[in-house]
Amino acid sequence: MKIHEYQAKALLAKSGVPVPRGKEASTPAEAKKVASELKGRVVIKAQVYAGGRGKAGGIKTANTPEEAERLAGQLLGTRLVTHQTGTDGVPVSKVLVEEASEVERELYLSVLVDGASRSPLMMASEAGGMEIEEVAQATPEKIFKTSIDPGVGFQPFQGRNLAYGINLTGSQFREAVQIMRNLYELFMSKDCSLIEINPLAITTDGRVVALDAKINFDDNALFRHRDVEELEDREQEEPLEVQAADWGIKNYVKMDGDIGCMVNGAGLAMAVNDLIQYCGGRAANFLDIGTLNTTDRVVNSFKMFITDPGVKAVLVNIFGGMARVDVIAQGIVEAYQQMDINFPVVVRLAGTNVEEGKRILAESGISFIEAKDFYDGAYKAVEAAKQSGVKKGAIK
Amino acid sequence: MSILVDENTRLLVQGITGSEGSFHAQRCMEYGTKVVAGVTPGKGGTQHLGVPVFDSVEKAMAETGANASIIFVPPAAAADSILEAIGAGMPLIVCITEGIPVLDMVKVHSYLEGKSTRLIGPNCPGVISPGKCKAGLMVGEIHLPGNVGVVSRSGTLTYDVVAQLSSLGVGQSTCVGIGGDALPGSTFVDILTLFEQDGDTEAVVLIGEIGGTLEQEAAEFMKEMTKPVVAFVAGSTAPPGKRMGHAGAIITGSAGKASEKIKALSEAGATIALNPAEIGLTTKRVIEGI
Repeated sequence: MKIHEYQAKALLAKSGVPVPRGKEASTPAEAKKVASELKGRVVIKAQVYAGGRGKAGGIKTANTPEEAERLAGQLLGTRLVTHQTGTDGVPVSKVLVEEASEVERELYLSVLVDGASRSPLMMASEAGGMEIEEVAQATPEKIFKTSIDPGVGFQPFQGRNLAYGINLTGSQFREAVQIMRNLYELFMSKDCSLIEINPLAITTDGRVVALDAKINFDDNALFRHRDVEELEDREQEEPLEVQAADWGIKNYVKMDGDIGCMVNGAGLAMAVNDLIQYCGGRAANFLDIGTLNTTDRVVNSFKMFITDPGVKAVLVNIFGGMARVDVIAQGIVEAYQQMDINFPVVVRLAGTNVEEGKRILAESGISFIEAKDFYDGAYKAVEAAKQSGVKKGAIK
Repeated sequence: MSILVDENTRLLVQGITGSEGSFHAQRCMEYGTKVVAGVTPGKGGTQHLGVPVFDSVEKAMAETGANASIIFVPPAAAADSILEAIGAGMPLIVCITEGIPVLDMVKVHSYLEGKSTRLIGPNCPGVISPGKCKAGLMVGEIHLPGNVGVVSRSGTLTYDVVAQLSSLGVGQSTCVGIGGDALPGSTFVDILTLFEQDGDTEAVVLIGEIGGTLEQEAAEFMKEMTKPVVAFVAGSTAPPGKRMGHAGAIITGSAGKASEKIKALSEAGATIALNPAEIGLTTKRVIEGI
C-alpha cells in the first residue's frame, strides 16, 4: 500500500526524522493560509501516488502567500501526468505546502527488505535526487548498503559506516546516524516494505532534512496496522481496480487490451495473459479469482467485464485444485441469469470436479464457446475478440 | 528416489481441525500419504480424521515420529507455527498459508539459519512425489510417476503444466511449489540442487515469474548442473509496479522483468518455452533429445 508524501512526512516527523515545516492543503485558500503561516518562500507539491512530479510540473515555488494560492489553484483539481502514470494521469486533490529549503547537498537513504539476504537492508548514497536504479547502473560504487540482523537490530556501527560512505562529518554525521536508527525503527514497527528519502538534504545552514519521502507498506501486514490502512487514498488507484476490490476481487489489474480474463491462480492468470498476446491478442485485465468456493466472485468478475468499456470478449480459464470447477460453472450460469451478456465468452475448464462443471454449463443452455485446453482457449478468445463488435451487456 | 517426500514421509498437519487443514489432510490420506498426527493448540488428546491431535509439534513428533509438517494456519499465526516446527527440529516444513507479513518471514529466516530444517513455501501448493506421497493441495490424479522434476512459483499453472506432461506420458519424480511470496523458504537454487543430486530425476521443468531475482540465481546455478532444464517465466505482459496476485510478483526494477529472467536462463543453457501451453511438449522433446 502506498501513502502520500505529506502522510509519509508526518510519520517521519513523529519518528524523529527532520522534515521541512509544512502542511497539506485541499483548496487554494488553504494553501495561502499555510504559506502565510510559514512565512517566506514556499514549495507547492502535488500529492499523487507517482514519482516524476518535478519534471511533470507538479512542484512549484511561491514567494508570497498570494502566489502560493494561485499556483495551488493551478494544481488542485487537475490530473497530473508523469512518466510513472498512464496517459490519463492521477488526480491532484491535495498539495503539500512547505518551507523552501536552501540545499547544499542531496543524499539518498532507504530501507527495504532484501530478497537475497532475507533481511532488512539500508542503502545510502551521495547521489541523491536521481532514481536509485540509474545510480546503481551508472555508478554502483556510490551506493553503500548494510544488511540488518532482525534479532540484533540496527547498530550504531552500521550507521557510521553508511555515514562515512556518503562523506558526512561533524554534527551532520551524528544526525544522519540517528536518522538511520529512527528510520529502521519506523520500518519495523509499521511493517513497511519501503522507506525512501530522496533527497535527504544537507541545507546551506547545515541541517539534515528529508526533502521528499516515500513509504510503502506490506499489504499482508495491514491487519495489524489499522491506522495505516486508513491513510490509503483510493482516488489515486485505477478506478476499475477499486471497483473490483469493492466486489471482493482483490487480485485484479487493469490492462490495455480487449479480452476480459477470469482465471484461478496468479501464475496461471499471468500465463493466460501472456498466451493471449502470443496468439495475437491483448488481455483487458489480470484477474485471479483465488480459491474461495462461492459463486459470488465469478458473478462479480462478469460484472467487471461489463463495467470495463474495453472488453469485447471474455476468456475463462480454470484449472481446479482448491477451487472447484462445478462451483465456478454454477457462478457462470448465475452471471448469465443476472446480466445481459452479449459478448462472446470462451470457457476452458479442467481439474477438480470438471465433469460436473461441464454438465452444469451444458444443461443451463447458455451460449458460450468451449475450449478444450489452455492454448485452444486463448486462440478462440483472440478470434472471438476480433470478430466481436462492441456490443456491451448490462447488469440487470 | 525422489526429493523431499516419499513413502517414508510421516506427515503432521498443523491446523488439522480447521476447514482447509481438515479438507486437505483427508485428500492427502486418500492419495496414500501417511498422515500420522495433527496439531491444534487446545485440542490435544482428541482424534481427528482418525489420527491423534496434539497441543504442540514437539509432543506430536515425540509420540508419532512425524518427520514432515504441513501448515494450514491463518496468516496472522502462521509464522509462529513455522517457528514452532523449526524449534521442535522438524526436518521438512511445507507452509501453505498465503498472506504472511514479510517481516514475520524475516524472523523465520533468521531463526532457520544454521538449522537443518528445510522450509517449502509459504503461499505454495506444496510438494508431491507421484505415487508415493502428497503433502499439498494439488490434484493427485493429474500426476504420473516418472523422471522429470518440476519446480515452480505458481500453483495452478503448475497443475496445467503437470497435466500437459502426464498427457504426453512424461512422468514426474517430484513437483515442488516454492510459493509466490517475496521471501520463500526454499529457492529455485535449493530445489535444483536436490534435483541435481536425485537419481530418479533426469530433467527439470522450472516455472518462474516476474519479480525478484530467483530465476537469475537459478541461471547462475544451472551453469554447474548436468541435467537439462526447461524453463518458462510467466508475466511477459505484466505492467511494471503492479502486484500480479502473488506478493512476490511485482516488477520493481529491470531485473524483475520476464525478459531479463528469460535471457539469464537461456544464456545458462535452459530450453525456454515461450508459450505456456507448450511446456509439456518442449520438455518431451528435450528428454527425447529431439
